[in-house]
Order: sequence, then structure tokens, then C-alpha cells
Amino acid sequence: MAKIGIIDYGMGNLRSVQKGMEKAGHQASILRWKDALPQFDGIILPGVGAFGDAVKNLRNFGLFEAIIDYVLSGGILLGICLGMQLLFEFSEEHGRHEGLGIIPGSVTRLPSEVKVPHMGWNILKIKREAPLLAGIEDGARFYFVHSYRCVPEFERDIVAVTPYGEDFVSVVARDNVMGLQFHPEKSSGLGLRILSNFGAIAESKRNTVRSD
Amino acid sequence: MLAKRIIPCLDVEGGRVVKGIHFIDLRDAGDPVELAAFYDKEGADELVFLDITASYEGRETKVSLASRVGEEVFIPFIIGGGIGSVEEIQKILAAGADKISINTAAVKNPELIREAAKRFGSQCVVVAIDARRTAEGKWEVFTHGGRTPTGLDAVQWARRVEDLGAGEILLTSMDRDGTKLGYDIPLTRAVCEAVRIPVIASGGAGNLQHLAEVIEETNCDAVLAASIFHYKEYSIKQAKEYLASRGIEVRL
Repeated sequence: MAKIGIIDYGMGNLRSVQKGMEKAGHQASILRWKDALPQFDGIILPGVGAFGDAVKNLRNFGLFEAIIDYVLSGGILLGICLGMQLLFEFSEEHGRHEGLGIIPGSVTRLPSEVKVPHMGWNILKIKREAPLLAGIEDGARFYFVHSYRCVPEFERDIVAVTPYGEDFVSVVARDNVMGLQFHPEKSSGLGLRILSNFGAIAESKRNTVRSD
Repeated sequence: MLAKRIIPCLDVEGGRVVKGIHFIDLRDAGDPVELAAFYDKEGADELVFLDITASYEGRETKVSLASRVGEEVFIPFIIGGGIGSVEEIQKILAAGADKISINTAAVKNPELIREAAKRFGSQCVVVAIDARRTAEGKWEVFTHGGRTPTGLDAVQWARRVEDLGAGEILLTSMDRDGTKLGYDIPLTRAVCEAVRIPVIASGGAGNLQHLAEVIEETNCDAVLAASIFHYKEYSIKQAKEYLASRGIEVRL
């Protein structure tokens, strides 16, 4: 059982992520203080709301630098929805805002020829294997609610894309950092499977660190 | 592309599901949480809880319902029924609901839609519109569970709520509700053509063909049904397999 910390920085409801993680068989706590980051096997950065507000809150809580340090020291991080977008260098949501810059690339609005927000169950077209998607088949559906999408600079960071007007990037992974544009905690059994995979990744990392 | 959503609706009074629901495999078919978890497992894409508890007690029951459902259910859910203020919306969303739906209060005070959308985001603000046909191609908005005429034209009201920031419309035909004669296709089509936000068609589902018809003949994004699922005439899975066999995209 992995110990997962869910970052509370005042952006949306974290309870469902916590419950989902617990249902998936792991221990999940809400964390508010940057000093607490290192005690967890893995961290989830959730989030619903505006990119600019989210960055402001992360900075105010001292979490902005702390998350970057955590990742640089090898910590396992999963960004969900807005939390995934925050991993990138900057967003064009209501002006230009600087993100965490952990994954090279930017965040732009979904194309105007489709209904925005993109809301509902859509498919993953899996581009490459990743432990986070273990047991998930190509074409599986997940629940999305968002108006912006991530545009990674490097192809290799892309794990899956989703067709909506054009294909947008719905799952990324770069070393110890992962991002999901959809909500696994609202995507029924398959969503819980992904949370369970994340827990397993965090747990194996802890075991590696211990055996070093 | 996006799947068409199938949404069972549960009427809740004093924390209990009303209308006889006949599921032999449930310990307590009156428990909204247990029923919701059952629908999640069966493949429902989303759930609507309509709290019909009278007056003040309703406020607390909706908050506690949202938090209890959030513990066990891992699909999005909407809570509606007598919601009247931003404070109440805040409490229900904080308790774990993904969306709230407002109806009578939105007609009385349209600014509530704008305030809620601004504070919590359009994606969690559903406006429920109960409409009754008054003439060929004309429908009037009713409130208080379909009892009170408002004089508002349903299509114009739909456009207005979109402008005010609603993220979705839950459109119920009061003429068809409870009849099992099928959805009101002309009404649903008229509203879907008038707005760009998602529309949930409701009222009249009596069989699986009805679900397919409203999806094929209008641009609706989701279909809501109560009795055909509650009385186990059809399972969600059967409904989805049927829709898929007609070439409709669903989450199987």
C-alpha cells in the first residue's frame, strides 16, 4: 500500500480523488504544507479552475518551488486535469501564465470548431506503453471536463491522445512525472485502475529507494 | 469522439429513493448510495439525484446526500431540487457533487446562474428546464415541478441561460414525462439547435427505441431516464448495446 499525498491549494474538491485512491487500495491524505511532501511515496496535483489562480495559490502556499524540488529529487508526481496543465511551461488561459515547467510545452485553448468545454466520456488512443496505463486498452473511455489542452514540445512525452475536433494530448509521462487530462476519480472502474497503477508505481519507487 | 451519455435519474425524499425500485440484488433499494453504486457498476455515465424533500430539511439532506454518494460512486453526479442560493450550491459542490441543477430559482432570479457560473465554473451549473407545448413549435417554461406557468418561451429561455453562463441544460418535456411515449423530439431539436452547450433530453422514455430516436433525430448529448431502468425493464448495459448496434457512440 502506497502513501499518497493529494495537494490542497484551494482549487476544487479533492475528496473524490482521495476516495478514489482509497478505493484503489492505497492510503491517501490531503496535504497543505510543503514540508510534508517528502513523507509520501507519490504526490497527486489535482485541480479544477483557472490556470492563473492555481499558479498564484501554489506560490502563496510555497508549493510552487517545493513541487519542483520534489520532482528533481526523484519524487513521483501525477497531475490531474488542471494539475496536468500546470506541469507545462506556460498557459495561454486568460493571458500568459508561467507554469511549473516540469514538462516542456504549453497549454492552449481547444479548437473553436468543437463545443467547449469538452465534457463527457471520450477515448484514449494509446501512443506508447506506460506503467500508468497498465491494463487499459486502446479505445477505453474516460471522463473529461476541460477547455484547454496541453501541447508537449517532445513526442516522447506523449502517452495517449484523444480525438475532439483534432487529436489532443490526454496522457503524458516524463520520467517520474505523469499527467492525465481526464478525471480518473470520475471514470468508474477503469479510472480506479489507473489510480491503482499510480499507487503501484509510487510503491515500487519507495522499495527501490529503500533497497539502495 | 464523445460518447452519448446515459443518465439514470433518482428521486430522493428525506434521504431515501422514492418510487418503488425493484432490484432484488440490492440489500436496500431505497438507499440512494447503494443504488448509485449499482448504476456505476452497471455502466451508467452519470447520475442525477432530484431531491423532492419539502422546504428547509431539503438543504441539509442534499449536502449529506452529495457527501455520501461521493464516498461510493466514481462517475459524475448532479444534485438538483429546490436549490436557491449560491451558498447552498457551494455547500453541495464542496460535499462532492460534480454539478448542481437549478430550475425554479433560476427563473425567479436569473442572476443566480451568472453568479454560480462565475464562482464555480459553467461546467458545474446545469439549468433544468421543464417545458410544456402550447402551440405548434412553441413550448412554455413551467416551474415548481411543472405546476406553475412562467410565460417564458422554452427556446428563448434556453438561449438566455446559455448567455448567463449555464454549462448544460436538462430539458424535460412535461407533456411526455411519465407517459412512456418517447421523448418530445421537436422540443429537444428546437432547444439543441438554439444553444451550443450540451443538452440532456428527459421525459417520456418507455423503451430503448425511444433513447435511440432522440439521439438520432436531435443533437442532444445525453438521455435521462428513470422508470425503464428502475423497474429493470432494461439494464444500462442492454441500453448501451442496443444504441451501439444502431451505430451510436456509447461507453461500453
